[in-house]
Amino acid sequence: MLHNKSFVKKTRAGRVMKQVREHYLRDDIFCGAPFCKVCDTSGARLSASPSTILVLDTNVVLHQIDLLENLAIDDAVVLSIVLEEVKNKNLSVYNRIRAICSNSKRNFFVFSNEYHRDTYIKEMTGETKNDRNDRAIRVATQWYQNHLGSGVKVLLITNDKENKRKANEEGIHAETVETYVKSLDRPDLLDLLVRPSEDVDMEEVEDLRPSKRKVIYIEHKPMSEITSGLHRGIYHQGKLRVNRYNPFEAYVGSESIGDQIIIYGRSNMNRAFDGDIVAVELLPQDQWQEEKSLSIACGDEDEDEDVHLAPNSADDAPRTIPQQGSSGEINAVSSRPSGRIVGIIKRNWHSYCGSLEPMPMPAGSGGIVHALFVSKDRRFPKIRIQTRQLENLLDKRIVVAVDSWDRQSRYPSGHYVRTIGEIGDRDTESEVVLIENDINSRPFSSQVLACLPPLPWTVSSEDLSNPIRQDLRNVRVFSVDPPGCKDIDDALHCTALPNGNFEVGVHIADVTNFVHPGTPLDDEAAQRGTSVYLVERRIDMLPKPLTEDICSLRSDVERLAFSVIWEMTPEADVVSSRFTKSVIKSSAAMSYVEAQARMDDSRLMDPLTTDLRNMNSLAKKMRLRRIERGALTLASAEVKFQIDTETHDPLDIGMYQIREANQMVEEFMLAANVSVAQQILKSFPLCSLLRRHPTPTKEMLEPLLRTAAAIGLHLDVSTSKAMADSLDQAVGDDPYFNKLIRILATRCMSQAVYFCSGELSPPEYHHYGLAAPIYTHFTSPIRRYADVIVHRLLAASLGIFKLPSIFQDRGQLTSVSDNLNYRHRNAQMAGRASVELHTLIYFRKRPTDTEARIVKIRSNGFFVFVPKYGIEGPVYLTTRSEKGGGEWYIDEQQQKIKKIDGSISYSILQTVQIHLEVVEPQPNRPKLQLSLI
Amino acid sequence: MEYVSPEGLRLDGRRPMEMRQIRAEIGAVSKADGSAVFEMGNTKVIAAVYGPRQVQNKSQQMSDQALVRCEYSMANFSTGDRMRKPKGDRRSTEISLVIRQTMEACILTHLMPHSQIDIFVQVLQADGGTRSACINAATLALADAGIPMRDLVTSCSAGYLNSTPLLDLNYVEDSAGGADVTLGILPKLDKVTLLQMDSKLPIDILENVMQLAIEGCKAVANYIREILLENTKQLEYRRGV
Ligand SMILES: [Zn+2]
Repeated sequence: MLHNKSFVKKTRAGRVMKQVREHYLRDDIFCGAPFCKVCDTSGARLSASPSTILVLDTNVVLHQIDLLENLAIDDAVVLSIVLEEVKNKNLSVYNRIRAICSNSKRNFFVFSNEYHRDTYIKEMTGETKNDRNDRAIRVATQWYQNHLGSGVKVLLITNDKENKRKANEEGIHAETVETYVKSLDRPDLLDLLVRPSEDVDMEEVEDLRPSKRKVIYIEHKPMSEITSGLHRGIYHQGKLRVNRYNPFEAYVGSESIGDQIIIYGRSNMNRAFDGDIVAVELLPQDQWQEEKSLSIACGDEDEDEDVHLAPNSADDAPRTIPQQGSSGEINAVSSRPSGRIVGIIKRNWHSYCGSLEPMPMPAGSGGIVHALFVSKDRRFPKIRIQTRQLENLLDKRIVVAVDSWDRQSRYPSGHYVRTIGEIGDRDTESEVVLIENDINSRPFSSQVLACLPPLPWTVSSEDLSNPIRQDLRNVRVFSVDPPGCKDIDDALHCTALPNGNFEVGVHIADVTNFVHPGTPLDDEAAQRGTSVYLVERRIDMLPKPLTEDICSLRSDVERLAFSVIWEMTPEADVVSSRFTKSVIKSSAAMSYVEAQARMDDSRLMDPLTTDLRNMNSLAKKMRLRRIERGALTLASAEVKFQIDTETHDPLDIGMYQIREANQMVEEFMLAANVSVAQQILKSFPLCSLLRRHPTPTKEMLEPLLRTAAAIGLHLDVSTSKAMADSLDQAVGDDPYFNKLIRILATRCMSQAVYFCSGELSPPEYHHYGLAAPIYTHFTSPIRRYADVIVHRLLAASLGIFKLPSIFQDRGQLTSVSDNLNYRHRNAQMAGRASVELHTLIYFRKRPTDTEARIVKIRSNGFFVFVPKYGIEGPVYLTTRSEKGGGEWYIDEQQQKIKKIDGSISYSILQTVQIHLEVVEPQPNRPKLQLSLI
Repeated sequence: MEYVSPEGLRLDGRRPMEMRQIRAEIGAVSKADGSAVFEMGNTKVIAAVYGPRQVQNKSQQMSDQALVRCEYSMANFSTGDRMRKPKGDRRSTEISLVIRQTMEACILTHLMPHSQIDIFVQVLQADGGTRSACINAATLALADAGIPMRDLVTSCSAGYLNSTPLLDLNYVEDSAGGADVTLGILPKLDKVTLLQMDSKLPIDILENVMQLAIEGCKAVANYIREILLENTKQLEYRRGV
């Protein structure tokens, strides 16, 4: 039926410029109740015999979305006019309500009231749009009641007094959210409610904390003033980034002044959250150095630093706050502009994970209690919430959402969303790690799984006869991976040629043969971006049948691969290189230890061992050449847990040991990545996905240089080559010294990032750490989406596949690479948080004495790095109350802390013996503590 | 932008496979030999046909077939912004040509050598799909003028937005930047005489979108036949047959 005769045509007239739009009203929009006798019930979503059907008003959806997400609220009708209004006001709430409506477990029905013949209403003269929409909601509610008869109560939920009054007058059942939720007799639901801001009692919580000076924030400028201010250049717009390690310090990257503006202290931050788009006003230049005093002024809230995993790069490490030493020297950093926030252009509020600040149960519990929520992520301020279940929540990890933050209150106010579990429980804390890092750990949807080939999968005859696929099953291919590796995405071969050269091949799982662009599987992988490795579990980017079976290059099975094959001279010079899709059959899947043992065992002369030895000798030459070019041998303190298979508790931790076999595999992977990068860039100079590692700036290397200077070591950091050389020469009196310096150097550098080649100029493609002009990721498509993209680019450059349409759109490609960087960063943060969590669990029962190195001198003690466990934390020489004072003083030049009488002194990089122990300063808040023996 | 809601309704309340309301009227310009008004929703066009008549410019006369000419224009009040549009701009020249070629393909020109047929189409109100409406109006006007044709030519557009093929795009949907296929067919002979597309579409989706447009053309053809039948009945009645 193409033309529906029963349409009634009406036109809507618009504003100044008259626009006429057709608006078809229909008689085929159904009510969604399965028990309805009149309507078609095939699309019905409401439950079979509800006693009450709710109709939600726009403001209820906008403000009480956390409540609606609770399963207790059900059998609700969402009108299309409500959806339209919500969409215009808040897109993220719109997406959430849409998700509820499409969830088959919920009975939420979308009723297109605006297109229904009987519920569409015309605006009356003199009626505002809001009034018209409120009336439309009432008309629809009335229609439902009439349509479904008196057997069901149709209840309009609205917090708008006027709307409720009119509804009651018209004979419609209407209630406020509060009264409705109270009628459900579920006190826990009341916590989910967003309180109307007028009855918030500001002082109640803060009065519990003695001697608080009341903070009043300056008023946010109205939007019109901000716009004109931005226009005139007195305000600067940018996204606020709060320092992960010091929540009183934040940065706004401003394009208008081409630099980061530093915002010190909560009052200058003026209620902005991390991620908000803000308008900043620069402070007068003479105030640019006040940072230190400001952060101390707010310092009463500053918790002491916890013990953390040692940082692996500048992105992990806290920004160094310049020491305002007694020397009075002007620090380089203080010349950076600082400012204060005058307005918030776009809020980035979402929900946060954390726990309630411990507080005594007030007398007469059971009533409403005000509590302070502390986010696990220190970048966010505490949030005031109201709860009726304090007792239940005190020892729990909970999720809280922010509702508002007004000028008179020190903290924003919010409401409870849900409980994750008990604090300290491993599963709960792992869940927190995942939520905090925005990692999707849900099982794959059925649509995604439907994209997988049927199991058991084997190489088909079509694959073998495909002219683009070379049959390499007769080649002796093998893989070397960490023990127990199930997702093997790379394999190697090395065959001696009659002319004395070697044919070396790197074979990578042909993931793109199974993951096709535009499919749900591809979309999901692109969203996830990477697999996430936690200590006790792995969250896959692709479903298990692909990662562990179909794509995994296991031994003795035929698998599809994408191969890079070089001919190399015994001196490791590349004579020729080629790329091809292939079929391989791995002859051995070895662990690093096994491979190393084979190479070391001089009695073994079998072909596989010979291949390994040849390969190793080539790798050593390649590595040497790379280092000569200036590649840095960086070091990080990676630890490895031994996990109890039953309880999943850590049994042992130790440093991850790197063997020659690791380096051999790594060397060939690097070479393959570089070769592929060259090939794709040649074919697609504007839309290749590459990886670059920015050269560290002077300022970033400053902490390293200061440390080196204090111990009399000269480091030349002018080029990566000079840096590599001086790192080589940095040999101290103990064997660990060189590694320590390398670790300190590594943490000064930022991390490598993905980018689209069209965005930057070729000199900027440089990869500093590898000293390579271009680099990309090709070798791990099972667990990194970047590699999937690169596989597609490589296939297209060989002319065997068409380039997917996304590559024609540079903007889209940039957003893909931004997402990949974001996901990688989060995956790393999650991995580190997981290691920290397990470290804590490990030491809970095992107080330990161990050796540590001092890495930073502070006014009241120093920071030590514990090499054996890869952790770093503060050791206090004085109690916290007498901060900076007392009998110790600092020698800034020599990076020493000395006792006044000169009897004891500690200097940087010195070895000390420390005691490691888990303490609980507050109930349910265990933390690791380091103390000097 | 959401052009099709998850409930399956378009911005104007239609479902993806539904056309706008169409309406036609024969004989709007009494001076012409044949004329018609054709409406697809808020798009309204008028067509007038003169001929077959003597060729005005002798040099263009053809001894084996009739000369078909077409002039397309848009009324200044046809769009919201009421701008004075110069006559003979590139767009109208192109549309004139498209209409002429489409109509020429179905007129039995060889029956009328040494003669000329003029088709004038003017858009009175534009709301997307003007090309299709012009062709449909011209078909009716030619039929009204009694010009021999192989078949009716009918036209309809279809597009692809939010991963959904949509029939008969209105102005809002048309300006969304998605693909827009305008199709003209000879419904009885089941032949395509016009196929135009803006933007790009993967080939398999193009097939779906085209199929939808064909359905649309057929529905237009049925309606046009009804109108013609009705008109003939009226004529019969007036002549007292
Ligand atoms: Zn019904």
